[in-house]
Amino acid sequence: MSLSKYSLWEVILASFSGETWAYIAPAILETLYMTAVSSLVVLVFGFLLGVLLTALNPEGLLPKTGIYKVLGWVINTLRSLPQVVMIVLLIPVSRLLVGKSYGTNSCIIAISACCIPMYARLVESSLLEISKGKIEAAKSIGSNSFHIISRVVIPETAPSLIRGFTVEIISVLSMTALAGMFGAGGIGDIAVRFGYQRFQHEKLFACLYLLIFFVQLLQFLGNVISKHILKKRGLL
Amino acid sequence: MQSDQKESAYIQIEQLNKSFYPDGQELKVLKGIDLNVRKGEIFGIIGFSGAGKSTLARCINRLEEPDSGRIYVGGVDILSLDKKELLKERKRIGMIFQTFNLFESMTVFDNIAYPLAIEHVKKSEIRKRVLEVAELVGLTDKLKIYPGRLSGGQKQRVGIARALVNHPDVLLSDEATSALDPQTTLQILDLLKEINQKSGITILMITHELDAIKYSCTRMAVLEDGRFIEQGLVSDIFNNPRSKTGELFATVMREFAQTEFRDGEAI
Ligand SMILES: Nc1ncnc2c1ncn2[C@@H]1O[C@H](COP(=O)(O)OP(=O)(O)OP(=O)(O)O)[C@@H](O)[C@H]1O
Ligand SMILES: [Mg+2]
Repeated sequence: MSLSKYSLWEVILASFSGETWAYIAPAILETLYMTAVSSLVVLVFGFLLGVLLTALNPEGLLPKTGIYKVLGWVINTLRSLPQVVMIVLLIPVSRLLVGKSYGTNSCIIAISACCIPMYARLVESSLLEISKGKIEAAKSIGSNSFHIISRVVIPETAPSLIRGFTVEIISVLSMTALAGMFGAGGIGDIAVRFGYQRFQHEKLFACLYLLIFFVQLLQFLGNVISKHILKKRGLL
Repeated sequence: MQSDQKESAYIQIEQLNKSFYPDGQELKVLKGIDLNVRKGEIFGIIGFSGAGKSTLARCINRLEEPDSGRIYVGGVDILSLDKKELLKERKRIGMIFQTFNLFESMTVFDNIAYPLAIEHVKKSEIRKRVLEVAELVGLTDKLKIYPGRLSGGQKQRVGIARALVNHPDVLLSDEATSALDPQTTLQILDLLKEINQKSGITILMITHELDAIKYSCTRMAVLEDGRFIEQGLVSDIFNNPRSKTGELFATVMREFAQTEFRDGEAI
C-alpha cells in the first residue's frame, strides 16, 4: 500500500493487519538474533578494550602512554568512519571468516566491529567516573591492580556501565536495520525491500513501530536496572 | 637522648623531598622533612591547607613516590621495597581519609572484609575477624547495610574498621575527622584513642584542627610550606609558640576561646 495511492489512515490501518505482521514475524526473530549475538560480542570485546584503555591511561593504574595513544588513535579512526563505510570495508573480512559476505552471520561481524570502538569509549568513560579516593583506599590496603579493577572500579561504576551497555545495545539494534541493506535480513531488510523498493508503506510503518518499541523497552530496562542498583546502595 | 629517640622511633623519616610539576613548573611540596614517631604514640601533624600534610602521609605508604630521602616504618626501609614487597608492607600500614573512601558497591561487612578477601583468607576466618573489628568500632548492627545509608561518623567507623582488619601496626589518619561535626569528631577521636591503648598501634594524626591534636596527642609537629617549623610536646608548642604558624594557630585559638559570639558574629 503506497502512500501515493492510499491515505495515511488506510496505510496505518493496514500496518496493523495480520497479513502485514505475518510477513514481519520471522524478521523479528532475525533482528533479535542479530542484536543479541552482536551485543554480546561487543560487550565482551568492547568491555575488555575499555578496561585496557582505562588501565593504560597516563593517569591510570598501569600507565603506558605510548600504547594508550596508539590504541586511542585506532579507536578514534574507526569511530570516525560512517557505519555504511565500515560495513562495506568489512565485507572481505566477513568473507574470510564465514565464507560469504552477505547474510546474518557476516553482518554480525560487521556490526560488532563497528560498535566495539564506540562501546570501548563508553566503558572507559564510565570507569573513569570512579573517585580517586576509592582507588587510593584500595591501594593503601595493599590491593594489586587486578584487584582494584575487578573488585573496586568495575563494581563501583556498575550503574554507569549498565547505562552505557544500554546505549550499546540500542546502537547495535539500529545498525541491524542498516545492515538489512546488505542482506542481513531482519526488520531493516523488510523496511528497505518492501517499504522503500516496493512502496509497501504499511510494512515500513510496522517496522518503525517495532524499532521504536524495542528501543523504548531497552532504555526502560537499562534505567530500571541502573536505578535499582543505586537504590540498593542507598545512593538515590 | 638523641640516640634514645632514634631507637624508639617507629616511623622514621629523614630528609624527605617531594616536588610536583603541575604545569611544567616545579612545585616543591616537601622540603627536607625529618620526623620520628615513637612506637605506640599518637603523633599529631598540623598545618594549613596546602602545607603538604597529605603528601607527607601518602609518601609513607608510597601512594606518592618521594624524590629523595628515607622512610623507615618499624625498621623496614619503605623506599627500597619492590612492588610486591610494597603491597605486603601496605597491609601493615592502615590509612583513613577525610572523605572515608568506602566502597559503595559493598555492604559494611564486605568493606571491612575486603582487605582479607583479596588475601584469600578463609570465609570463616574473615567472618570472625570482621565481627571482632565491627564490635570494636561499634558497628555490629550495621554490617548488612550499604555505606550510602550511614552517617558520616558511622562511615568513618567503617573506614577505621577496614584499616584495622589486617592488624596493622601503623595507622595514617589524614583529616579523618575534618568532615564531621564536633560531637562526632570527639567520638571518633575517643575511638582512635581506645584502639591505640588497646592494641598499641602507632597513629599519625594529620589535621588542621587544633582541638583534635590537643585532645589526642602528646607530641606534634607543625608543617608549613613543606617544612616542619616546630616539633615537640603539644603543651610546649601551644603555650610557648616560637614559630609563626605555632603563634598563629595559638592566637587563633586563644582569640576564638575569648571571643563571644552571637548569631554568628563576633561581639
Ligand atoms: N598530584 C599532585 N600534582 C600536583 N600538585 C599536587 C599534587 N598533590 C598535591 N599537590 C600540591 O601540593 C601542595 C600540598 O598538597 P597537600 O594535599 O599535601 O596539602 P595538605 O596540607 O594536605 O592540604 P589540605 O589541608 O588542604 O588537605 C598543594 O599546593 C597541592 O596543590
Ligand atoms: Mg590534605
